[in-house]
Amino acid sequence: MGKTLFDKIWDSHIVASRPGHPDAVYINTHFIHEVTSPQAFDGLRKRGVPVFRPAKTRATADHNVPTLDQHLPIKEALSRKQVEMLTQNTAEFGVELYGLGHPYQGIVHVIGPELGITLPGMTIVCGDSHTSTHGAFGAVAFGIGTSEVEQVLATQCILQYKPKRMRITVNGQLKKGVVSKDIILYIISQITAAGGTGYFVEYAGEAIRSLSMEARMTVCNMSIEMGARGGLIAPDNTTFEYIKGREFAPKGEDWEKSLAYWNTLRTDDDAVFDAELTFDAADIEPQITYGTNPGMGMGVTGNIPALADIDEKEQLSFSKSLQYMDLQPGSQLLGKKVDYVFIGSCTNSRIEDLRMVAEFVKGKQKAEDVTVWIVPGSKQVEAQAIAEGIDKIFEAAGFQLRQPGCSACLAMNEDKIPAGKYCIATSNRNFEGRQGPNARTFLASPLTAAAAAITGKVADVRAMI
Amino acid sequence: MDKKFANLVSSVVPLPIENIDTDQIIPARFLKATTRDGFGENLFRDWRFGEDNTPKAGFVLNNDIYKGKVLVAGKNFGCGSSREHAAWALGDYGFKVVVSSFFADIFKNNALNNFILPVQVSEDFLQKIFRAVEKVPSAAIEVNLEEQFIEIKATGEKENFDINPYKKTCLLNGYDDIDYLLSLRNEIETYETTRPFNF
Repeated sequence: MGKTLFDKIWDSHIVASRPGHPDAVYINTHFIHEVTSPQAFDGLRKRGVPVFRPAKTRATADHNVPTLDQHLPIKEALSRKQVEMLTQNTAEFGVELYGLGHPYQGIVHVIGPELGITLPGMTIVCGDSHTSTHGAFGAVAFGIGTSEVEQVLATQCILQYKPKRMRITVNGQLKKGVVSKDIILYIISQITAAGGTGYFVEYAGEAIRSLSMEARMTVCNMSIEMGARGGLIAPDNTTFEYIKGREFAPKGEDWEKSLAYWNTLRTDDDAVFDAELTFDAADIEPQITYGTNPGMGMGVTGNIPALADIDEKEQLSFSKSLQYMDLQPGSQLLGKKVDYVFIGSCTNSRIEDLRMVAEFVKGKQKAEDVTVWIVPGSKQVEAQAIAEGIDKIFEAAGFQLRQPGCSACLAMNEDKIPAGKYCIATSNRNFEGRQGPNARTFLASPLTAAAAAITGKVADVRAMI
Repeated sequence: MDKKFANLVSSVVPLPIENIDTDQIIPARFLKATTRDGFGENLFRDWRFGEDNTPKAGFVLNNDIYKGKVLVAGKNFGCGSSREHAAWALGDYGFKVVVSSFFADIFKNNALNNFILPVQVSEDFLQKIFRAVEKVPSAAIEVNLEEQFIEIKATGEKENFDINPYKKTCLLNGYDDIDYLLSLRNEIETYETTRPFNF
């Protein structure tokens, strides 16, 4: 029987598989950042153990950095200390750091791909659940906890149980105004925030194949929001074209050898998945979430479910969620006033996202009482946006183009949505308090977020393009 | 952190909410510490305290009749962010066991790596626990890792739970994964020589 792409990569990275033990899996690339690494370095110190393969770990500062005045010292003492500790730890243990001010600095899941560090066939981990992003290249990439960060630093391996395999096929072509973010929000709304738990997902089908690399990253990024360990897409010419010539990508003979290997990275025709789901791209509308987990989503013109439509055991959680959002069961979101628009995060902060927004807003003005934050994913994205004049379009529209970081996706820095306010966000989580205590989040695509920025309300972008 | 798990009999703290994500367990703004200590005081911060830091009367951790080393929560506990700080906060507060009908994968690993036992029970048994606690708030639960069962003491209702034998040994003896991985040094170096490319 044939093997799935996931099995091929996983199996070729097993260092030891002892009876009764989880697999010891070799990790090719390990990304670290300031929030989930200090305790891991501390652990190494306590054990008296060095970083085993320092060249295979790369660090950046992203979760906790300000997005204004990055050239000045960080004002908030605890954030400053955490970022300084990353600088100290990486220097002490010999790990490369792209810290604040470095031209490669940015959100860890944006910089890995753009620097050509993320490659097909790799195993990639990071102490961040959105590590699944890198799966877009045909890599097995997943988020880990800090004890596991310590394992990888100490041994370049991680102990893991092999997850089950799921294939999600999206057939057909997307309609006008519908983008990759809508695909993944739609899938999660169909299978719930726990629908992928225990699985590693392969995305397939015409609608996935026809996406650019950046759009594929958006899909794989949110695999964790359905509970999946990760998600991946078989590499193809779109992948190879994206990688070629990037800073750390293989060159010359190495490129040729790599390409030959990468071309073997696909699921065999007779491979069997533990679960198979199929969707039709034509069924997907621009999406929006109404609740407090990413599975609570719907088409932008839809109605929030009525209480009677919810399973009895889940009614308490559903009501609690709508109470937090101050929304009525059965009501529509279309036309609902929004206070903030956040375009950024590891889900949607790449140059294509910024271009998509710029093209839509060119010559338009934001609604008067809406605050719009655009937070590029990296210094390179920021530089590219400026080179293309996108910054001028945003400025003319009344949008604020800020500096790279995770920003209002998790509101660890000062980029917080005030209590009770509604924010339409291109990020990945609408959990209670995620964007600030008592902030209310609607997740959507960059296009739907841009439409809200212009109208000041939840709007159907299809009517505006 | 106690590096060994001991069987226990304890009353429980019931939290019958589904999809409790790690942002609720410990909000991001409390992730700025650089050690593993002290997270317990911000466990469930925004459910437990108002904006002026006064305890919210309706929340179970602020209700003295519910105490114990066992947290019992609705399905899909620990979803969302991979932050191990969630496990540290639960442990620092004093929980040794979390019972749910379904756990998110990363949380489960993080809990086990911190010697907190995630006990996955059937939805039916979970509801039985909630009912027992509703009737008698001090209702005791026995969690026995060696024999892999959980029992509601008042009624004698019992269910077995699964745990990987390796992780069970780790928990009972206080071993961690790094001890094991460091013992594989030769295998790791041999593996590296067998890979033709850097992936």
